[in-house]
Amino acid sequence: MNTMTYSKRLNDRKMDELRPIEAKVGVIERADGSAMFKIGNTWAYASVYGPRNLYPKFMQDPQSGILRVNYNMMPFSGSGERVRPGANRRAKEISMVSEKALLPVLDLKEFPNSVVDVFIELPQTEAGSRCAGICAASMALADAGLNMKDLVAAVSVGRVDDKLLVDLDYSEEAYEDGPVADIPIAMMPQSGKITLLQMDGEVTKEDLRKAIGMGKEACGRIYEVMKKALKEKYEVQ
Amino acid sequence: MYNELRSHVLKLLKADTRLDGRRATEYREPIKVEQGIICTAEGSARVTIGGTQVMVGVKLEIGEPFPDRPDEGTIMVGAELLPLSNPDFELGPPSIQAVELARVVDRGIRESKAVDFKSLCIEPGEKVWLVIIDICPINDAGNLFDASALAALAALKNTRFPKVEDGKISYKEKTNKGMKVVKDPVSVTVCKVGDALIVDPLTEEEKIIDARLTVASTADGTLCALQKGGSMPLSVEDVEKMVAIGISKGKELRVALER
Amino acid sequence: MGKLLIQDKEIVVPGEIIAEGMDHLPGQGTYREGDKIIAGRLGLANVEGRAVKLIALSGRYIPKRNDTIICQVIDVGFSGWRVETNSAYSAMLSVKDATSEFIRRGADITHYFNVGDYLVAKITNVTSQKLIDISTKGPGLRKLHGGRIIQVNCNKVPRIIGKAGSMVSMIKNATGCRITVGQNGLVWLEGEPKSEYIAIEAIRKIEQEAHLSGLTDRVKAFLEEKTGKKVEPGVEEPELR
Repeated sequence: MNTMTYSKRLNDRKMDELRPIEAKVGVIERADGSAMFKIGNTWAYASVYGPRNLYPKFMQDPQSGILRVNYNMMPFSGSGERVRPGANRRAKEISMVSEKALLPVLDLKEFPNSVVDVFIELPQTEAGSRCAGICAASMALADAGLNMKDLVAAVSVGRVDDKLLVDLDYSEEAYEDGPVADIPIAMMPQSGKITLLQMDGEVTKEDLRKAIGMGKEACGRIYEVMKKALKEKYEVQ
Repeated sequence: MYNELRSHVLKLLKADTRLDGRRATEYREPIKVEQGIICTAEGSARVTIGGTQVMVGVKLEIGEPFPDRPDEGTIMVGAELLPLSNPDFELGPPSIQAVELARVVDRGIRESKAVDFKSLCIEPGEKVWLVIIDICPINDAGNLFDASALAALAALKNTRFPKVEDGKISYKEKTNKGMKVVKDPVSVTVCKVGDALIVDPLTEEEKIIDARLTVASTADGTLCALQKGGSMPLSVEDVEKMVAIGISKGKELRVALER
Repeated sequence: MGKLLIQDKEIVVPGEIIAEGMDHLPGQGTYREGDKIIAGRLGLANVEGRAVKLIALSGRYIPKRNDTIICQVIDVGFSGWRVETNSAYSAMLSVKDATSEFIRRGADITHYFNVGDYLVAKITNVTSQKLIDISTKGPGLRKLHGGRIIQVNCNKVPRIIGKAGSMVSMIKNATGCRITVGQNGLVWLEGEPKSEYIAIEAIRKIEQEAHLSGLTDRVKAFLEEKTGKKVEPGVEEPELR
């Protein structure tokens, strides 16, 4: 029987400690809004184009603009083999849940029949890529001057063996010596409401509640980082 | 659609100035080459020319050699015009523009023999290294050709072979063996507008040029690849002038690589 | 009891709490949730008495009635033209709003305006579905010839124009360029090649430093340095040309 518990994270990270974060806004000059969000070795770019013309016409909504998110990993961004370019099911699903994670903060009613396009690209990934993408997209949408009642912050929380942790790295996601749960979560920090919640693994109801609490606290910290990055771009030059 | 813009650009060029104040044969500043910035790639680079920024990553795979070249590995270049980088790029399979970009960068590297394909052999007739170069623009402000070619070369130069155990690649462990790059092919795209020749076109300039010639050359001035684009013809004199500009500007770009 | 948590001219991000309590009024770009006033976008806080609003620093142009814009013809029909407005929506210019001349049915109207032409037009109507009508009948409205068009942040247009046109007028005088600024973030310029470029650099400078004080003096100093000549402060013009 395995009596070892998970006691030491890489780089001596504490259980509720995030990997080092780098965030910058306005990095893609052709876009209407853009940002870069790097957490540990996971690196995401996001650019926003819109509101703009929407084709094909059948997708247009006469009551509101629509949000369209596309998540993509660059071919050299995987931790092992090359990722063959082109649509794949995982990327399609992540695009969709990311879109649902961001939509609640936006109000696109004043842009009927148009689209706000968000493109998320990752040059380098090492766990937590969808969360990094959502953080980058969130800053990019704010940079694009859209009405947003809050930013959206995202992080993965989870469980490795007997420990609950924040911001799982690659070795923790792939941990094989005991039960693991990987829970990506996105929140609106102002209201504390959850806009993305997924789970892979095994976890009890109580641990899930605790993990979400840790996630809420971590998202609050990430919000401060995003706030700082947005202000830095616009402050006195 | 762009007649007024073209007339205006020609008017400016008579005063040897361009839309952004540059002279006809000046590259934008800054030109920055950063190497080894992507840890998941075996080799990588990010090149900035003015506002244009391109990332290139190199991934290595093991495959079977071509039957007529049993002791040689090979390179494969792919390019995706990411919608992230330009409001006019759309999602979907690679457009002909993406295909042209990849093939032109490929020819510059392949035909200059910058990489010794025999050095990519693991087991003759059985196993060779495939060097896959992927071009991803981050911001397209014009002249993806030259930025991509420079980034591809820079990425190759810092490529390191991963460990191979029992025929399987262990990507997380890199050996000390680096890619042998024996030549420095650099691409310069020269564009013709009216009677004037310009280099390093901006996005707006790309819309109104008559023709372009991408000139790849090595340090000693040997040409290794050419690609004419655009719908207007070039005279023989045009080509000679453009090639001369391509070789001389290539030397300047190569300096950026060495910094 | 109320507490203002941010200062006037502070950059504020979505979700940031601007004020607590019922003392303050949520203005444009903000909203009230319970006893808090919260930022509803990225913007520059503007506190005037009890009202707090956020001034937009970024964002694409939203067409408004009576705005004078620069637009480009993208299609020619039988009774009018369709134009691109640098927003999410195109606009219609009908023949009757372009000229007082009598146009026969089926006449070729491309000799008035053709695809690719840039026009200075006024928005006469915007419906809730964002159908936009424009007109080129009116003072200053016309087809543009020659010169070049640059795109600027439409939120900075008021600063580029200046009070009653004084800023753009200063740039025009210093560089000798003709300049027309559209509310939709397109600017037309025409002048000597080097002067055009100085004017553009001055406009870019205003875009960067729009929210700082002393802007007029800094732009004046910049123009003097680049042209090597003394620059007169801009004259307020009653009508935008």
